[in-house]
Amino acid sequence: MKTSIWNRHFETMSRDQMKQIQSERLRETVDRVYYNVPYYRAKMQEAGVGPEYIKSADDLKLLPFTTKQDLRDNYPFGLFALPMSEIIRLHASSGTTGRPTVVGYSRRDIAVWSEVMARTLTGAGVGKDDFIQIAYGYGLFTGGLGLHYGGEKVGASVIPISGGNTKRQLQLMHDFGSTVLACTPSYASYLAEAIDESSLDREDLKLKVGIFGAEPWTDNMRFEIEKKLQIKAFDIYGLSEIIGPGVSFDCEYQCGLHINEDHFIPEIIDPDTLDVLPEGELGELVFSTVTKEGLPIIRYRTRDLTRLHYDTCKCGRTLVRMEKCTGRSDDMLIIRGVNLFPSQIESVLLEMDETTPHYLLVVERINNLDTLELHVEVEDRFYQDKISELQNLGKKIKNQIESTIGLSVNVKLVEPKTIERSEGKATRVIDKRKMG
Amino acid sequence: MIINQLSVFLENRSGRMHEVFDILGNVNINVSACSLADTSEFGILRMIVSDPGEARRILKENQFSVNVSEVISFATPNTPGALSKTLKILSEAQIGIDYLYGFSPGDKSFIVLKTDNVQKTIDEFQKHEMELISASELYKF
Repeated sequence: MKTSIWNRHFETMSRDQMKQIQSERLRETVDRVYYNVPYYRAKMQEAGVGPEYIKSADDLKLLPFTTKQDLRDNYPFGLFALPMSEIIRLHASSGTTGRPTVVGYSRRDIAVWSEVMARTLTGAGVGKDDFIQIAYGYGLFTGGLGLHYGGEKVGASVIPISGGNTKRQLQLMHDFGSTVLACTPSYASYLAEAIDESSLDREDLKLKVGIFGAEPWTDNMRFEIEKKLQIKAFDIYGLSEIIGPGVSFDCEYQCGLHINEDHFIPEIIDPDTLDVLPEGELGELVFSTVTKEGLPIIRYRTRDLTRLHYDTCKCGRTLVRMEKCTGRSDDMLIIRGVNLFPSQIESVLLEMDETTPHYLLVVERINNLDTLELHVEVEDRFYQDKISELQNLGKKIKNQIESTIGLSVNVKLVEPKTIERSEGKATRVIDKRKMG
Repeated sequence: MIINQLSVFLENRSGRMHEVFDILGNVNINVSACSLADTSEFGILRMIVSDPGEARRILKENQFSVNVSEVISFATPNTPGALSKTLKILSEAQIGIDYLYGFSPGDKSFIVLKTDNVQKTIDEFQKHEMELISASELYKF
């Protein structure tokens, strides 16, 4: 399968040229955030750096980091670098307790988003003759609309079906002749099984390409999905804080995801010392956006662990490649595309009483779908002689979690002190999913 | 006439019930009556024991969740329709039954009963001259 390149100029330019463009854009961005965002200015002053220190992309390391907490602390619009009259779109992280992280886009940001998604889709061989079925959720989540803009930009026929309603997905896949499926890898597996169980013949479907992301998946999952759906599956990576999907993408050689680094400069740092690591070393991925206007973000700590490779790819792209993320430098879990921190479960449990009962989250992948089970120790103070009251307790926890986090969960009440404690600290999460 | 019944929260795991009785046996606490209620997820073991305070303490010490609830016990003749008469009293007094358990070892049936209003139940039973059984009597069985 030979695919083409959407923006040959930027995607294949020499490393020197790229460095020069990144440096120019970084200088402009630092200028803008310093003068337009009081929070950034204060942080930079505290670190003893001003815009005059930033001469090239090499000077990035002088700048302070930005974290998810910074976004929360400035909820909702505190880090925006444009007046709200120039912001034409807001997205927000789904399913977090407390303050969500809010991102804003200017008209040009949306254009940049379309551009990077057009590169992503072109890298997967998607073009104007294709029918792209977008089964990512539309809404505050960036997945659906990000793919949507890319699909329109490359001239494909976009089917904005959004997530869920499997029966309908299959019907339109057949009737419209979808050639491209965009969704989470776990939903793709699920759809593959649904196709098997339906009366549809694979021969009657025109599907050839899958664009899968928003949750971690292994090469083995990729092979399995490719075999089951008889398609070529492409990985995409993105996060709303940077832009949404479109930060990096697979080419046909699938030897690492190409980062659209003329827009998002990556670094790899040691999550403990915060030092920048040399090429090829495993560490935490950090991004600085250098073209975004609404919410420029400097040295954002993604918490994803990966490596970067700067050699030219067989596809001809010079864009730096990142390996599949191997884990996180924090305790965030990604379940069915939803980000979940154990602390969110804790805050739900905390609402039930003054102190948190001991709990354990068990994440499993059953029939290619992630399942979440919560074990809660029934301490004396929760314990009632009546079965109905105990069952209500379980139901109450379940409903609370489902409504605040947006994930279905099985709640299992267990005896006190049965959840294992190591060194006095309870184990909070058991992730049984096999991740490579 | 109120009897303190212990109830213990149990996960559905083999060996758990045995542990409870083992602990009680070791400190010489006798179990006069018991019943296990099970759901798909967990079980509740209810017991009338010779020393509820000590039993509770020792079980808690062994990390069990224990709850003490008030129940009553009564006897009826071991004849067809006897329990029906008793239940009619409750129904007419609009007393709700949470659960009951019982056994008929000879010419009498012994029942442990939990209702939504224990004191009212006792009053009604006394009014109808039912044979109520006190805790100390029960422990002697």
